[in-house]
Amino acid sequence: MAKSKQILERSKFTWMDCSSEVVEFGEGPALLYLHGAGGAGPLFDGEKPAAFLEQLATRFRVILPEHPGFGDIDRPEWLRSIHDLAYYYLDFIEQRGLRDVHLVGSSLGGWIALEMAVRNTSALASLCISGAAGIRLEGVQRADIFLWSREEFIQNCIVNDAKREQMLSALAENISPERQARVLRAWETTALLGWNPRMHDPQLKYWLHRINVPTLVVWADQDRVTPLAYGEAFARMIPVAKLTVLAEAGHLTHIDQPIRFADAVATFAQELAA
Amino acid sequence: MSLQFYYFNLMPYAALDLEERKKYQTAWLNLPSRLYDREDGRALYARWIGDYIKADALGFDGVGVNEHHQTAYGMMPSPIVIASILARETKRAKICILGSAIPLRENPLTLAEEHAMIDTISGGRLITGFVRGIGAEYHVFGANPALSHERFHEAHDLIIKAWTSDEPFAWEGKHYEFQYVNLWPKPYQRPYPKIFIPSQGSKETIDWAAHPSRRYTYCQTFSPMVVVKKYLDMYKETAAAFGYECPPEQLAWSTMTYVAETDEQAVREVKPHFENFRNYFLKMPMPMLMPPGYSSVSSMMSIMKAKGNITGDMTAEQAVDLGFLIAGSPQTVRQRIEESQKLMGYGHFMTQIAFGTMPKELSDKNLTLFATEVMQPMQNQSRAAVAA
Repeated sequence: MAKSKQILERSKFTWMDCSSEVVEFGEGPALLYLHGAGGAGPLFDGEKPAAFLEQLATRFRVILPEHPGFGDIDRPEWLRSIHDLAYYYLDFIEQRGLRDVHLVGSSLGGWIALEMAVRNTSALASLCISGAAGIRLEGVQRADIFLWSREEFIQNCIVNDAKREQMLSALAENISPERQARVLRAWETTALLGWNPRMHDPQLKYWLHRINVPTLVVWADQDRVTPLAYGEAFARMIPVAKLTVLAEAGHLTHIDQPIRFADAVATFAQELAA
Repeated sequence: MSLQFYYFNLMPYAALDLEERKKYQTAWLNLPSRLYDREDGRALYARWIGDYIKADALGFDGVGVNEHHQTAYGMMPSPIVIASILARETKRAKICILGSAIPLRENPLTLAEEHAMIDTISGGRLITGFVRGIGAEYHVFGANPALSHERFHEAHDLIIKAWTSDEPFAWEGKHYEFQYVNLWPKPYQRPYPKIFIPSQGSKETIDWAAHPSRRYTYCQTFSPMVVVKKYLDMYKETAAAFGYECPPEQLAWSTMTYVAETDEQAVREVKPHFENFRNYFLKMPMPMLMPPGYSSVSSMMSIMKAKGNITGDMTAEQAVDLGFLIAGSPQTVRQRIEESQKLMGYGHFMTQIAFGTMPKELSDKNLTLFATEVMQPMQNQSRAAVAA
């Protein structure tokens, strides 16, 4: 692994009265990663990125912005729905002059990625979603994430025993007020976007046919937040989509199965290039 | 103004099967409604409404109702229904709606209409209370907790304007938009009823309520005495910073009292019913009480630190020590009210007399003893002081 290329570069993206932090590392084609409801913070241990990101950075230039309304700054006035974040990130791509972007989103980030892709795919090389929110399937029971304590969230989203225990014991430690504030802010913005309708946009399903880039749907076999039926539905509804199911994984698939998650993304991109 | 006494009742579903209740996490949100018995419900409504009428006859200055949904904690999803009955069935007491949860309504003007009707029917006896509704209501309604503050403020501004405008107007807000706002009827009291703001303590709420353009009565609910004092003091300091001295009329304390023949007997009698109230009716897990965005990040952090007590258990003895509950002989209860009133300078004392699983004979005794041996002597004393 070429560690030297994985030095984290941090910058600010200032746009629409909002300044958010962007972390970049690795070398290769641009991969824009949109984080989930927990924010970008949990994806780093100090300067060390989570294992799936390190793995992705061996093949891609990983670009990881923190969504407006997450991190240290209160949400901007214009942020009201998931559509606002979709337009914001389409602007982000444009402002940064990015082309042939591999857009990858987990959970809430997957929903943002879908809302972007139904609007404009001209700068995208591919799309990858994992545990994405965004649609509602009749009769498929979803858990109420907003009634979970943080302990319950980890218990319900991580399948791997060792990882779950590790995350639970980290939670039991006294976390700094700054970190606590970031967690509360992340959940506040998630509620703003997804309280009602619950983590979906009733209109999105009518426009998924517009996604005209190759799409990889990576899904956990034991996802309790967005059960596998959701992954299967996305794979059906998006015109050029491939479903990859990862075994022994929960909703935080990229944490439960970091290497297989990153490999699935990299292999998909490689096949496209070939 | 002498100290004002208010009889407050949550109208609990006192017939709750506690053994069944213990199989669930809380009495809120998803405690199955098969545990509700319609005949018990009917009898309890008769009992609670009867108690309000009795409280009016016994000389309480006001009677209070409030709003909670999908819970055995209180059978009053609509305080409007009960306040409407009281508008006709009571004669002298103020009718306090403490409060109506305005952000939960799709159209807050329906609430402005209902409050105006009650004020008119009661001949101007309404005290209006505005609340956001506790976190659990946001789970029930699907209302977005992250918009709760914004909607509360806009709904409030809209209601006040609707009550005070003599001509139709259009409302073009962030959350509400109406082409024609033109209230019939308007409140009987001019320009509108007094407004109380019940709260469990929040700096944002205090800053807003104490503002010179509002000067709403701040009502601290369900808190240990030190916390009550802290927030009432904060309100006074905020008023002073705004350039006026806060009069007692702008401060209220809402608590629970139980009066019996002796201190020892009072604690013994109230213990199981207080503890059932506290530990089986009130208690709920934090994500239910405080959904994300319900309060600002900084408020959430201080609430999570301080409010271990709503998610945990409490004994009656602890509650008496903390001043969460006042229980004792008439002399003890009176003394505690007088001392705390002197210490905190509130002008309104609201109390729950019947709570949890308290049987009728005990709540009847409590009501009579409180009214005749605590409240009436204090009322007589302040009348005599005024006369002298």
